[in-house]
Amino acid sequence: MAEIAIRNVRKTYGKLQVVHGVDLAIGAGEFVVILGPSGCGKSTLLRMIAGLEAITAGEIAIGGEVVNKREPRERGCAMVFQNYALYPHMTVAENIGYALKVAGLAKAERTARVAAVAASIGLTDFLDRKPGQLSGGQRQRVAMGRAMIREPKVFLYDEPLSNLDARLRVAMRVEIRKLHQRLGTTTLFVTHDQVEAMTLADRIVVMNAGKVEQVGTPQEVYGRPESLFVAGFIGTPGLNLLPGTLDPAAGVVHLEGGRRLAYDRQRWAGAPAGRVLAGFRAEVARLVRPGQGLDASYEFAEELGASRLLHGSLGGTVVVVSVADGRMLQPGETFGIEVAPSEVHLFDAETGRRLPGEARPSSRQSVPVLEAV
Amino acid sequence: MIERTPVLDAVTHAVLISGLLLLLMPLWIVFVAASHDFQTVNQVPMPLWPGNHLLENLSLAWERGNFDRVMLNSLIVAVGVTVGKIVIAALSAFSIVYFSYRLRMVIFWMIFITLMLPLEVRIVPTYAVAADALRPFQATLDVLGIPLDLPEWNLLNTYSGLILPLIATATGTFLYRQFFLTVPDELTEAAKMDGAGPIRFFLEVLMPLSKTNMAALATIMFVWSWNQYLWPLLVVTDHQNFATATMQLQKIVPGPAFGEPPIWNVAMAANLIVLAPPVLVTILLQRWFVRGLISTDK
Repeated sequence: MAEIAIRNVRKTYGKLQVVHGVDLAIGAGEFVVILGPSGCGKSTLLRMIAGLEAITAGEIAIGGEVVNKREPRERGCAMVFQNYALYPHMTVAENIGYALKVAGLAKAERTARVAAVAASIGLTDFLDRKPGQLSGGQRQRVAMGRAMIREPKVFLYDEPLSNLDARLRVAMRVEIRKLHQRLGTTTLFVTHDQVEAMTLADRIVVMNAGKVEQVGTPQEVYGRPESLFVAGFIGTPGLNLLPGTLDPAAGVVHLEGGRRLAYDRQRWAGAPAGRVLAGFRAEVARLVRPGQGLDASYEFAEELGASRLLHGSLGGTVVVVSVADGRMLQPGETFGIEVAPSEVHLFDAETGRRLPGEARPSSRQSVPVLEAV
Repeated sequence: MIERTPVLDAVTHAVLISGLLLLLMPLWIVFVAASHDFQTVNQVPMPLWPGNHLLENLSLAWERGNFDRVMLNSLIVAVGVTVGKIVIAALSAFSIVYFSYRLRMVIFWMIFITLMLPLEVRIVPTYAVAADALRPFQATLDVLGIPLDLPEWNLLNTYSGLILPLIATATGTFLYRQFFLTVPDELTEAAKMDGAGPIRFFLEVLMPLSKTNMAALATIMFVWSWNQYLWPLLVVTDHQNFATATMQLQKIVPGPAFGEPPIWNVAMAANLIVLAPPVLVTILLQRWFVRGLISTDK
C-alpha cells in the first residue's frame, strides 16, 4: 500500500502535447478511477506511473519516493492490460509465476504462491492450460493473478474490462472491487466507461484533452459537475444544457426563444449576469402539460424497461427527460418540462466552467442511483 | 472465389496432375537410372521402369565418391550456416525492432540492401577477405596511419571459411523483423512489469513464440546452404578433406574420379544420396514450415 503523488506531470511526443500538467494526490489504499474519452491522455498518465512511458516534465512519487528515473520493475506497480497480455506459450501457472521466476525465487516457493493466488481467484483447475484455451473472463483473471502475486504497492488497470461482454464485465467489476476490499492495495483504474467509474471508484478523476477536469467522489462528480465536459460525460444521459442569459435580479435564466427557467437564487447568490448554459438531469425533470413548463417538441423515446428517455427539441436544443409512466407521445407533439429551481446547474457559456458565486451545499440531497448496464 | 463445378474440378485436377508429372519426371529418371546396371542404363531408349541394382549402385557411389567425408562436411557446413543464420537474423531483428537508437533505420536498410548483393556478386572481395580475415582491419589501420601489423588469418580450406561468409542474411532478418512486429507491444510491457530484462525477454518470450518462424527459416536455409556450389568450389582447394557433397557430384560425370565413358547409373545413385538430406529436412519440418510462413499461430 502506498500513496501516489503526481506533480505537474506533462507528456509530449515531439511537438504534440498529450498530458498538460496533471496534479493529483492519491491516498494509500484508495481506489481511484481515471475517466475520460479515448485520446484524453488517461492511459498515458497510467503508463507514466507504471514506467512504460518516460515523463517529459514533472514528478511522480510512489510511497514518497520520486520514481521518474526508476525502471518499471523497481516501482512496485503491477499492471493489468486491456488485451490481458498473457504469454501465449506459457501455462496459466507459468504466466502467474513468471515475475517470481524472474526474481529468482525457488521453484517450491513459486509453486506454493501460484497455488495460493490461483485458489483466491478460482483458477486452480486451469493451472496447466495455455491462455489460448481460456475464455475471456478466465484470461482476465489470469492477468489479475499475475499482478497479485507480486504483492505490489500499487495496482494499475488499463481499461481491463473493455474486451469482455456486458454480463462478464459486471461480474469482473464486482471481483475487482472485492479484491480491493480484501487486499486494500492502492488502485488506479483507467476507463472510458462512466458506469464502471461510478460503481468502482472511491474518487473519480475526469480527464479531457490531457487535462484534469474534475476530481471527486462519484456523488460529487455526478451531482456537482465542475465543467460542461463533466456535465455531458457523466450520467446516462448527460446533463441537459440550455443556452440563455442569467438575470440575477429575477432569479431566472432567459432561454432562447423567450422561455424562462427559474434557478435557486440563494444558492447562486454571487452569480454574475451574462451568457450561461443552464443544466438539469433527465432524472429530475418532470413531465407536465404543455404550457405549464418549458415546452418541447417530442421526437422519439428510448425504452429502458424501468423508465423511458423522451428525446425532444426545445428551441432547437435537444433535451432528454426520463419518465416512468407509459404514456405514448406522437412525434411532433408538444410536452411540458418542469424542473425544480434547486436542480438547475449553471455554467459560464464562455469558459465552460461551473458558474462562480455558488454557495457550497452543506450536504447534497440524495443522488439518484444510476441504472446498471 | 470458390467454384464447385464438376467440369472445372476435373480440368483443374488435370492441370495439377500434369504439372506434378512434369516436375517429378526428371526425379523419376534419376531414380530409374540409379537402379540399373551399366549396360541397361546405356541402352537407347533407356528403360522407364526401375531395375534391381539400386543398393549396389548406391554403395558403389558412396564408396567411390568418398561420401563418408563429403557428406559429413556438407552436414557441418549446412547445419553451421543454418544455426548461424538463425542466431544472427533473430538478434539483428531484435535489435532493430526493440531498441530505439539513432542509426536503427539506416542499419535496417543496409541489411536490406545486401539482398541485392548475393555472394555471387561480391565473390571476389569476399574471397579476398576469406583469404585474410583481418585484411579489412589492416586496411583501415593503414588508412588511419597507425603502424600496427595484424597477423594474417587465413580461412581458406577451413569450416569457418565455408560457413561464415554464407551466414549474413537479409532474408532471415527481414522474416524475423516482420514476426517481431506482430508481437503485441503489451506483451513486451507485461514482461517489463514482471521485471524481465531484454535478454530474458528475448530468450524466454520471443524465442519460444517464434518457433514456427525458426523452423521455416531453418528449412529454407538448410536446403539453400546444402545446395551451395560456387563458394565451396572457390574456397576449398584441399578436396580430400574439405570437399562438400555438391562439389563431389561435379566430379562424377564424367571426370577423373569415374572416368570415361560416363557411368550414369552410379552418378545418378550419387545424386540420390546428395538429394536425401534436404528432402528429409523439408519433410520433417514442413508442418512448421507452412505454419511459419502463414504465421497465424501465435
